[in-house]
Amino acid sequence: MATTVLGHETHAAAAPSEKTGLWSWLTTVDHKRIGILYGTSAFIFFLIGGLEALIIRAQLFTPNNNLVSPDFYNQLFTMHGTTMIFLGVMPLSAMFFNYMIPLQIGARDVAFPRLNAFSYWVFLAGGLLMNAGFLVNAAPNQGWFGYANLTSRQYSPGLNVDFWLFGLQVLGVASLAAAVNFFVTIINLRAPGMKLMRMPMFVWMSFITQVLLLLAFPVITVALIFLMFDRFFGTHFYIPSGGGDPILWQHLFWIFGHPEVYILVLPAFGIISEVLPVFSRKPLFGYAAMVFSGAFIAFVGFGVWSHHMFATGMGPIADTFFALATMLIAIPTGVKIFNWIGTVWGGSIQYRTPMYFALAFIGMFIIGGLSGVMHAVAPHDLQQTDTYFVVAHFHYVLFGGSIFALTAGAYYWWPKMFGRVLDEGLGKLHFWLMFIGFNLTFFPMHFVGLYGMPRRVYTYHAGLGFDIWNQMETVGAFIIMLAFLVFLYNMVKTHRGAGTKTPADPWNGATLEWSISSPPPEWNFDTTPQVHSRDALWEFKREHGGMLPEPTHGTGAGIHMPNPSYWPLVTAFGLLLLNLGIMFSPKTGPWGIVVGTSVLFFGFFQWVFEKGYSEFTTPAHGAHH
Amino acid sequence: MIPGSPAGRQLRRLALALFLALLPACQAEYPQSVLHPKGEFARITDAVFMQTVWWAVLVFVLVQGALLYAMYRFRGRPGDAEPDQVHGNTTLEIVWTIIPAVILAVIAVPTVKAIFKTNEMPSGKPLTVEVIGHQWWWEFRYPAYQLTTANELHVPVNRTIHLKMGSADVLHAFWVPQFAGKRDVFPNRETRLWFVAEEPGNYPAQCTEFCGIQHGKMAYRVVASQPAEFDAWVAKMRTFAAAPPAPPAPAAKDTVRTTSVGASLQRTATQDPAVAEGQKLFLAKGCAGCHSLVALNAPKGMLGPNLANIGARSWIAAGTLENTDENLAYWIREPQLVKQGVLMPRLGLNETEAKSIAAYLRTIR
Repeated sequence: MATTVLGHETHAAAAPSEKTGLWSWLTTVDHKRIGILYGTSAFIFFLIGGLEALIIRAQLFTPNNNLVSPDFYNQLFTMHGTTMIFLGVMPLSAMFFNYMIPLQIGARDVAFPRLNAFSYWVFLAGGLLMNAGFLVNAAPNQGWFGYANLTSRQYSPGLNVDFWLFGLQVLGVASLAAAVNFFVTIINLRAPGMKLMRMPMFVWMSFITQVLLLLAFPVITVALIFLMFDRFFGTHFYIPSGGGDPILWQHLFWIFGHPEVYILVLPAFGIISEVLPVFSRKPLFGYAAMVFSGAFIAFVGFGVWSHHMFATGMGPIADTFFALATMLIAIPTGVKIFNWIGTVWGGSIQYRTPMYFALAFIGMFIIGGLSGVMHAVAPHDLQQTDTYFVVAHFHYVLFGGSIFALTAGAYYWWPKMFGRVLDEGLGKLHFWLMFIGFNLTFFPMHFVGLYGMPRRVYTYHAGLGFDIWNQMETVGAFIIMLAFLVFLYNMVKTHRGAGTKTPADPWNGATLEWSISSPPPEWNFDTTPQVHSRDALWEFKREHGGMLPEPTHGTGAGIHMPNPSYWPLVTAFGLLLLNLGIMFSPKTGPWGIVVGTSVLFFGFFQWVFEKGYSEFTTPAHGAHH
Repeated sequence: MIPGSPAGRQLRRLALALFLALLPACQAEYPQSVLHPKGEFARITDAVFMQTVWWAVLVFVLVQGALLYAMYRFRGRPGDAEPDQVHGNTTLEIVWTIIPAVILAVIAVPTVKAIFKTNEMPSGKPLTVEVIGHQWWWEFRYPAYQLTTANELHVPVNRTIHLKMGSADVLHAFWVPQFAGKRDVFPNRETRLWFVAEEPGNYPAQCTEFCGIQHGKMAYRVVASQPAEFDAWVAKMRTFAAAPPAPPAPAAKDTVRTTSVGASLQRTATQDPAVAEGQKLFLAKGCAGCHSLVALNAPKGMLGPNLANIGARSWIAAGTLENTDENLAYWIREPQLVKQGVLMPRLGLNETEAKSIAAYLRTIR
């Protein structure tokens, strides 16, 4: 902190320096605080997405139900999908990227702390913009996949598509900025001795995720720019009457959309690969195979997008290629599952709450993987696609997979982030409710899909045999709701003093974040650790001959840390204004665009010429740059 | 019970009878199911799917079993020593990379075969039907018979049906699960699909590509019938003509039509005052602006579904309501309540007027 650096307050006099209160959060560039901001916002969005799901399930409880109007139903399923992907799972992963990557690699912060703050504020702006449509009963209603030409002005004249288009565009900026940041952080800021093949698996999977983000998001950005031009400036990229082609959208969307699936699930793989070894008291089985299978999944993930498009009639050659490429992905995924079982095998399994979720993750992911192979049978995918069979599949990989893993991560890292272990009894209640509710909700979807129930229909007829299955699913969904209420209660209870302050290393962790106090000081490490092996902390403990003493931290004096700044917030606000400006330009003219651009550039200039870092005083604590 | 004894045989017969009785019951319970294929295309895909399902079951049992076993066997107990710090096992890892690869290859072979089979139309003289998706109904044209109809596709059994498909507005998808997989339909781009219906019946089907507010109510029926019955249907449909069909079908001799849309209107005008009133209202209220009652050489580009034979269809409003007199009248009077956002406007008809139009449409069969 600038103010802790004796004699050097003057140059940063204008910079904010509060450590508590609202202003400290608005100006923070601390990766841990930004992680908490990501987590809190994402969890609130996640609960909103869950509420949307509950209304959907209530509407589908009986045939020909009229609980919600068809248009509102379409808004609900569009926003449920969009929210869970872009505002739930992705930023919940980002919470762990932010909080854990620097700690696990032994760094003091990310490579670009202000860019990190900017990413968060832009994400928040995008999330709010996306949801703002509900306020004017014009939330996005064209599906999270936004297939052209339904999204054209002619067929979607309202603001619905615009909220989605600009919301997603803004969120894309946040994702790209964050991806650049973590990519550089992992490459450049690893502690001495932490070679690539010594990195914790969560860092590895996060690293691959950043590569996916960097390659996939530009594609959706371009696709959305085309859509914006079609809607606002009269071009015809996707409009058949003007010579455009709606299939172009599908290709662009899925070249982004399929890697996006791995963006959602690779961080989950990483979390599981941290939790399983710690609670089996045994290192990850087949570390190198885990790294390469992750990279292989990501690579082949760019070559399977058209398996979302078998029904468009691409012809036998393309169908064959994409069917085989999709099957190919099952091999590295299988390797991962076997290696996880191999990790547990021969271990001494500590049945704590994070381990419950991690083991359930493996079980659920096996089911999702097997239905995935069924989709790869291209001719029969023509029967499965756009039915509830697919809904079952991707909830098994994204909920049974990602959400279970993120929940495992939450219970696992909670003591590191907040200094208290969540209540075990409530945690296990949470687990069983979620496990039962999840399977009751999504397993019947396999059947109802094969019995012919399409996705995205706001109601169905009696007499098609869908009723009983839908009723089970709705009951299951409300059990999931109970599970999350228990989770919320657990958080409250733990922090109302019932939970005891925990030591730095409550689980006998293997990685560096457990070597520092909980929560860690702003500068993370008093001295940058020297790493000699994988599972660095286990190695330290082995050398020491037992658990390490509780860490103590100095005042941080002399440690080189970035200054807080409000310019990332201002710049993000400018980006939001610019997008609102374009969105309303048909009514207001260019003024919104002018104001937005001005704020954006003003923010940029202030940011660039701001004194971002205080200077060294004494190198006593060995800054690691 | 001795297996060979008469009682044993009886019991087995009873069990078989029970099983057989349950099977059709199952199918009747799930009329839109993909698991009970009734046509060649669907049979090909079902076969390769079921093969995959059994592999999946095997893998599921083995892997899930291994996981559960490990979870039980290696549960930690207080005071456990640190387990062996195993980092991997190259042989094992190679083995469990190869085994899934082999299983996938075994699945891939029939998959690729099925891809090529389903992409190629079987030989024999197909019946071509043009399918046009609309927000939110389906148009079917039979070039061979110059016929147009809507929301109820009639096909003969055991003959290849060749669909040439397009859309009038946004993307939709054609799907009759019992006969074939889905095929998207696009504006300005032709997609194709084929199927052979093997069993007569009235099959539910619906649009599966999200296409706007009423995507949920864009269903249709496929009526598969014996060739003779189908021919009779064609002959009947050809009587819904602007000019007398040549040669005129015998059944239609007494109902000569003379004008374009109004042709069939004159048909039963004399029978019932409500019908006569409905006929007038059909024109006066502008129904005829969007709906043609002519099936033979019907005008193209109409906004609403063709209504020739509407009186005989099993469902109305694209599979939304059963075609009863009450439902028909209600739909005509309150389309926005039945199907909010549908392009058919609320015309402000009173109940009597709606009933008259319904009574009139009932005669168009």
